[in-house]
Formats: sequence, structure tokens, C-alpha cells
Amino acid sequence: MPLPNEIGNFETTQTLETFGFLPKMDQNQIQAQIAYVLANGWTPAIEHEHPSKSFDHYWTMWKLPMFGETDLGMVLSELDACHRAFPDHHVRLIGYDNYTQSQGACFVVFEGRS
Amino acid sequence: MSTKSYKAGVKEYREKYWTPDYVPLDTDLLACFKVTGQPEVPREEVAAAVAAESSTGTWSTVWSELLTDLEYYKGRAYRIEDVPGDSESFYAFVAYPIDLFEEGSVVNVLTSLVGNVFGFKALKHLRLEDIRFPIAYIKTCGGPPAGIQVERDRLNKYGRPMLGATIKPKLGLSAKNYGRAVYECLRGGLDMTKDDENVNSQPFMRWRDRFEFVGEAIQKAEQETGERKGHYLNVTAATPEEMYKRAEFAKEVGSPILMHDFLTGGFTANTGLANWCRENGMLLHIHRAMHAVIDRHPKHGIHFRVLAKCLRLSGGDHLHTGTVVGKLEGDRNSTLGFVDQLRESFVPEDRARGVFFDQDWGSLPGVFAVASGGIHVWHMPALVTIFGDDSMLQFGGGTQGHPWGNAAGAAANRVALEASVKARNEGRQIEKEARDILTEAARTSPELAIAMETWKEIKFEFETVDKLDVG
Repeated sequence: MPLPNEIGNFETTQTLETFGFLPKMDQNQIQAQIAYVLANGWTPAIEHEHPSKSFDHYWTMWKLPMFGETDLGMVLSELDACHRAFPDHHVRLIGYDNYTQSQGACFVVFEGRS
Repeated sequence: MSTKSYKAGVKEYREKYWTPDYVPLDTDLLACFKVTGQPEVPREEVAAAVAAESSTGTWSTVWSELLTDLEYYKGRAYRIEDVPGDSESFYAFVAYPIDLFEEGSVVNVLTSLVGNVFGFKALKHLRLEDIRFPIAYIKTCGGPPAGIQVERDRLNKYGRPMLGATIKPKLGLSAKNYGRAVYECLRGGLDMTKDDENVNSQPFMRWRDRFEFVGEAIQKAEQETGERKGHYLNVTAATPEEMYKRAEFAKEVGSPILMHDFLTGGFTANTGLANWCRENGMLLHIHRAMHAVIDRHPKHGIHFRVLAKCLRLSGGDHLHTGTVVGKLEGDRNSTLGFVDQLRESFVPEDRARGVFFDQDWGSLPGVFAVASGGIHVWHMPALVTIFGDDSMLQFGGGTQGHPWGNAAGAAANRVALEASVKARNEGRQIEKEARDILTEAARTSPELAIAMETWKEIKFEFETVDKLDVG
């Protein structure tokens, strides 16, 4: 890519934390991140929220965290189901790490319309 | 019934303080010193002198010793080991009974262990290499005000290292212009920015003005990006009273985090401030000015792993650890050794990392490792590999030196960070594939492409002065 000679203008955008600065992931890339969550033994969980409330700590849970789930396809289909039910909402995938009592992963998979 | 009688005079230290048969107790505080004695003094005598002078002993026998049970209180040199590749020095291991130290006071521990003994004439050099704090003592210390897990929850940062920058130029900006630099970095994608360590409250920018403008910068950046932001407001001050006054105001302007220099400010101030932060729901970033004076000489002083352990006990949520790859001193294995001490709940003895003892931290919260100093986008994959997710990567010049300014520089770093984390999660060898990963990411980020071009030639490849001891 040729580098521009002029000074560019950086515009602020809503970026939604981790991976917010990367281009939208394709299906393969999303699967790779889910596989990473599962390989670490973390519990996948899905949350969704309207963009106007995305700054809140708590988003709405989609069902319960998927305790003991090892099937990547199941996680993907729940993500899709959540997205279909709330097409206007952001949908994020979480990997709960019960050893650190934290989230080993958390990123927005589908962006809602604000 | 008394069984001892008083004889004035000078005895050899080893008669009392060299106890090779002693088996340390779980409650003992253990220390490993690298000792370089004056020629012709036997090792046992030197080791015993270190144990004595750092605990109950003095150069002459005194009658009042017999009023207590010094067998109970004395420090004991219990083991001597060769230093690999060094015939002049040796390691002396000393066990101290827990009752020699006031509860919750690293100040008291250090005053004993690295007090008068370091000026002792029978020694050429002395270096405190490591301390094993017994879990019973650790339970008396407050530790980090929040810790890694709580900080992640408060700031909503998961699954990646955090990204920061020290605001430059480090001295001379007015408060309003300084706040501008902060805002630009934060809106561009940094999680937090930092006061430089020597920014306190100088004539060109008084602390209150800085805090007000920075507070506005944080809030505006949060509103516009939808992400949580912060700026380490440095409250290091001439007196504790002044420090607390500034801390109160930092809370008032809405900053989630404060900053303190734990060595120049001192452990007493640091522990007090950590307690204040815990009570007030504030995070605490710790800078380490003066550390290299104490820890850089391989034969004299205190190794940084000891200072890092003391800081975790005294309290701090972030601690600077060096970068391994940047402009400042730092051996990779040694750095990983004390990074473990900051973050893990148990660290096993590992001489290959300079760890001399098993260390059980119990439930004490973990501290984020901060890598800062002379790093830029090309270092990102290596930094993610070395430091892992529980770290704060800080690019000062590497953000604000971007040809398009701070916001673009911040974005370049954020893209590089996220591309590295994403690739790592995909199972790629990101240190080896650094060039490919960054080049790929730069295709959709002109900010990163420019940053890569700007810093492509900058390396800091000098030999480390303080190396681990290997044969």
C-alpha cells in the first residue's frame, strides 16, 4: 500500500473494547476465537444490549452461560439465535474463567444498529 | 533458672549465627544474599555476620542479651552456595523468625534486612537477591488496592493487555495543552494515559489545573468512544498530607486511577496511599524511579524481584517491570521471574529465572506488569508474547511521535495490539510471524502503516548489565 504524504485526520468512533479496532471478523475468524475460548476450558456465554446502553457494565444475558459446552457449532448457533432475536442489539461472546474469576475473552461478534 | 553467665568481649559471629543444621520453619522469613566478603575471611563467618547484623547481633557481647532468649529471636545463616561462574562471591541463606517484624510493614522488614549490614566493613559487596515471605506474614499486609481481576471488571478490559502512554513532553506543558494530549491519546484507542514521574506540581502546571483538564479529557473520550478510560494522576508529593489532598481531588474529577512513585516517595507513603485507594475505590499505578540505583549492580544492592515483592505487599495495582525489548535494562528470564511474583498466587523456586524460593502469595490480589520505555508498534507481538494479557503496555514516543499525531498513534498501537492478540488466539507464532501479522493489519489501518514506516529502523540492542548468574 502506498503511504499517503499528507497528514491524515483520525476520526473518533465507538469501538466497543477488545477487537473494536479490527475489521469485522468473518465466520472462520469468529470460529477461531470460539475455539480459543473452548481450548482454555473457559465457559462460553452470550450477552446482548441495545447500542444506546452499551457503556453499562451489565448487558442482558442470552439464556445461561454454556457450562461444560465443548461443541464449537453449538456456540455459533446460539450466537446466531441471539442475533436473530435482537438484530438491533450488539451481541458479545464471553469466555468465563472460573480460576481467575474473570473473563478470559470478551468481544462483540455482531454490532447492532445505533 | 539461668544457665548462662555473662562474659564481656568480642566473639566470632559463626559461633552463634552459623547453623547449617537448621531446618527453616514455615513461618520464618527467608533471605538469600549474594555476598562478597573481604579476602581471607571464611565464608561461614561472613554469612553469620550478615545474619547477625541484620537481626539481633551487634559487634560486642552485651549483658542485657541474657535478659531475653536470643536463641528464639536471632537470624540464622543456614546455607551457603557457590554463585555459578563467580569464584569471588557466594550465596548466603538466612532465616529470620517472624516475630522480628512488625505485622504489615515492609518498611520494618527492609530496615532490618537491608539496614546497617550493607555498610558492614567485613563485606566488599552485598546484594539481597530474594526474600521468601511466609504466608503468615503476607496475611498481615493489605496488598494491591484492587488487583488485576477487580481492575478488569471496573474498566471492562478483557482478553488482552491494556494500552497506555506517558504524556510527552514530560515537562513544560500547560495544564490545558496537557489535557489535550491526554484526550487525543484516549480518543485514538488507548485505555489509559500516564503522568510522567517527574510531573508533580511545578510552576508551569500546578496539580489542580492538570487534574481538572485531565478529568474533562477522560470523560469526553469515554462518551465519544463508548469505552472506559483513565489517566494516572501522579499524586507523589513532598508530604503525605499533600499527597492525600491531591488523591481526594483526583477522585473528585472522576479519574479511576492514581499514581505514585514508591521508591522516591517511600514505602510508608506508598502503603498509606494504597490503603486510601482501597477505601476510596481508586486504582493505583506504581512507578519505580530510583530503582536502577538500587538494583542494577550485579553484586551490590537489592534485586528488583525483592522490590517488586515488597511493592505487592505494600500495595499497587500496576508496577513497571521494564520491557525486555525496549530502551531500558532487562533480561528476559529475570523479568519473567519477577513478573510472576506480581501476578501469580504461587511461584515455585526456579533458578533459571532467578527465583530462589517457593513463594506462596495466598489470596493477595495480583499486580499488572507495566512495560514502558522505548517501545513501538514493531515490538507489539513480542510484548504480547512476553507479558501476556495481564499487562499494561505503554508507548509514549511510540504513540505521540506518530506523524499524524497522538490519536492516530494510539490507533496504530491499538490495531497492532488487537491484531497480535487475535493471531495468538488463532494459534499463530506471533513473535516469529510479527512482520506478516502487522503488515496484514496495516492493510486496513493507514495509521498502523505509517507507524510501521516511521519506526522500522529503531532498535535498542545493548548487552544487559545485570545478568542472571549462570556458569
